[in-house]
Amino acid sequence: MTRKKRRLYMLGLALLGLGSATALALTAFQDNIVFFYSPSQLQTQQVGDRNFRLGGLVEEGSVQKQPDGVTTAFRVTDTAHTVDVRYRGQLPDLFREGQGVVAEGRMTGGVFVAREVLAKHDENYMPPEVSEALKQAGVYKNPAESATKTAKKE
Amino acid sequence: MIPELGHYALVLALFVALVQSVPPLVGAATRNAAWMNVAVPAAIAQMLLVLLAYAALTWAHVVSDFSVLNVVQNSHSAKPMLYKVSGVWGNHEGSMMLWIVMLTIFGAAVALFGRNLPPTLKARVLAVQGLIGVGFLLFILITSNPFIRVVPAPIDGNDLNPLLQDPGLAFHPPFLYAGYVGFSMAFSFAVAALIEGRVDPAWARWVRPWTLAAWSTLTMGIAMGSWWAYYELGWGGWWYWDPVENASFMPWLAGTALLHSAIVVEKRDALKSWTILLAIVTFSLSLMGTFLVRSGILTSVHAFAVDPKRGIFILVLLAIATGGSLLLYSLRAPTLKAGGLFAPISREGALVLNNLLLSTATATVFIGTLYPLFLDIMKLGKVSVGAPFFNATFLPVAIPMVVAMVVGPFLSWKRADLGAALTRLWVAGVAVVIAVAVTAYVKAGGGPLLALVGIGLAAWAFVGSLVEFADRIALFRTSFRNSWNRAVHLPRSAWGMTIAHACLGLSILGMTGTSAWQTESISAMKPGDRASVAGYEFQFDGVGLVDGPNFKAERGVFTVTKDGQRVATLEPERRSYSTTRMTTTESAIHTTVFSDLYVALGDPTQNGTAWIVRIYHHPLVPWIWIGGVGMMLGGLVSLTDRRFRIGAPERRRMAGKTGGKSAPLPAE
Repeated sequence: MTRKKRRLYMLGLALLGLGSATALALTAFQDNIVFFYSPSQLQTQQVGDRNFRLGGLVEEGSVQKQPDGVTTAFRVTDTAHTVDVRYRGQLPDLFREGQGVVAEGRMTGGVFVAREVLAKHDENYMPPEVSEALKQAGVYKNPAESATKTAKKE
Repeated sequence: MIPELGHYALVLALFVALVQSVPPLVGAATRNAAWMNVAVPAAIAQMLLVLLAYAALTWAHVVSDFSVLNVVQNSHSAKPMLYKVSGVWGNHEGSMMLWIVMLTIFGAAVALFGRNLPPTLKARVLAVQGLIGVGFLLFILITSNPFIRVVPAPIDGNDLNPLLQDPGLAFHPPFLYAGYVGFSMAFSFAVAALIEGRVDPAWARWVRPWTLAAWSTLTMGIAMGSWWAYYELGWGGWWYWDPVENASFMPWLAGTALLHSAIVVEKRDALKSWTILLAIVTFSLSLMGTFLVRSGILTSVHAFAVDPKRGIFILVLLAIATGGSLLLYSLRAPTLKAGGLFAPISREGALVLNNLLLSTATATVFIGTLYPLFLDIMKLGKVSVGAPFFNATFLPVAIPMVVAMVVGPFLSWKRADLGAALTRLWVAGVAVVIAVAVTAYVKAGGGPLLALVGIGLAAWAFVGSLVEFADRIALFRTSFRNSWNRAVHLPRSAWGMTIAHACLGLSILGMTGTSAWQTESISAMKPGDRASVAGYEFQFDGVGLVDGPNFKAERGVFTVTKDGQRVATLEPERRSYSTTRMTTTESAIHTTVFSDLYVALGDPTQNGTAWIVRIYHHPLVPWIWIGGVGMMLGGLVSLTDRRFRIGAPERRRMAGKTGGKSAPLPAE
């Protein structure tokens, strides 16, 4: 095989690889992308039966354990609007009223049934989507700033 | 005083790094030996200074010096000593210090052990290494200085994030960083070779050990991170396709490709400019990983508090390192002389296929990880890309890769007979059929089709790799004694390959087993209640209170029985750390090597008489990490191959060797 021919083969193979990666990615994107909505966006958005992520603050006083013991009902709010959420299973360690939360699931009869409630690593951390949504609703305060404030106070 | 000493040492290290990079580069261009030689003592001095700075920071953490802001924010006087030491790298500033420590250790290692490198190449490698050091030292000093004091000093600190107070995580970052940073060596060698305008088999021999070392430690780092996620997050998952996991996985994939393409450069003097490109890409992905983790721009379990300044700084570093080296590549790569020819069906051809598939896999992970970021920047909405996407894109590429991985070593260099290779693999083929049939029978239908594919793949990879080894030592074809002799005298790199490839099979077994057949039960349990999972009876005996050094815990007691026989007592905990006001789940795991019984204690229910309990049965899950450790060992065994120590370095000898060689070369 000549050098030129070999180079052509290699180029062809490389393009094939890149092409198949792109094709795979594009087909997978159609079914597997999960959109993020805040409660306010949900008012105008047609979500149908699609899987999506909902983010905001856990409304104070809204967390209720259901009689079966493993289902929790709570409301997610961006202060302008709220959404009822139901989740069966163990909540992440940092799940608390008044804290930011991101849940993944779908709307079923006006209630957001979460399949997963995302865990966070640290309590100063706010998922970027949530802080964005809260900023839009005008109630955001930077947790990092308030944290340094407390650190300075000490 | 000691933190100031550390701070001073760090600033000094910055200037030494400049000395390490500028004069040697000029010296190498003008053939000035004195200027080139500056690089060696400079590299060693830089390492010593950075180590001194790191030691100073560790000292501040160990003695709980709360006048240092970094200690205040991440430590507490009651924290156990292990976590005072590991807490140094458990935060942003300290982890960047660890990064630079690793970088300078690698640099000094080249200075000390690279005696037989050609002087200009050595000077240039150290200079590039020095430039990376300059970038990161500036980054630390400008945006992430760990030595900042706080006045007045508080009485006690804020404590380290409790999730990080865990032995598994204590050693996860050093391994991970050794891997990330280790690829900087391949990068420096690649850039130096581009400046020299020369890549030859000798070059590949110098690069391979560094790449192997980096790859091995990165493998270990990723395996440890996955193990930690499995038992500490209380969800029993071992991989989430989380952006930060992907950030470490992409350099691993690219590094694996690099490891294999460098073999072709070394043995056959081909694929040279591709290998250089891979070296650049691998390190760029490491830098990007650092950027993704440190900037906090992606939603991730790893993202800490956000500081845009840091993200931009790393992004600029990334742009300079990647952009600069790619520019150099585009100028110099066309001048690299192409080497040996080969047919598509050959060892080289198999390694090219490996590289194509690995690059494709890297590309799919890259697209999935960065696409949300791209949409966000373009204001097209907020999305997340999760496991289903990666399963749909990564697996179709990974499966043929593993299939080909077993066949490749049977092919000879230059041209090979695929049919003959497959014939020699008949034992592995039989093993696949048996494994799939047994699985289908035992699991009555076998569960999802993908699970059967996974089991077959695992059998193929494991048995196929052993068959290759047996073939090489002529097992059963000659006397056992003879085979033994052959095995003993086989190059270590051949041992390393067999171990690593076979262990990948074990990991696949574990991944398949737990993904397909895990069973779980989530229920509210009162003391005395029983739950049954996968044939095991779990009796909840009650909850006791335990005092830890910096936490209080509720500890549940579960007695596990099977067919009336006592199997284990599991004691999962829920720990509350008073300083950080955080709760962590310490799951309890009983492993039988073939499966894990996993119990996590959740919140008490409303009236406080019952607890939410998650019980899992994870079949085969330990093999994921046994395989991971095995892969690392394979890399280390390969690293001890004598040709990396003796004979390798001299270009003259190599030049004669690579010319017209037709006999099959000693296999990799």
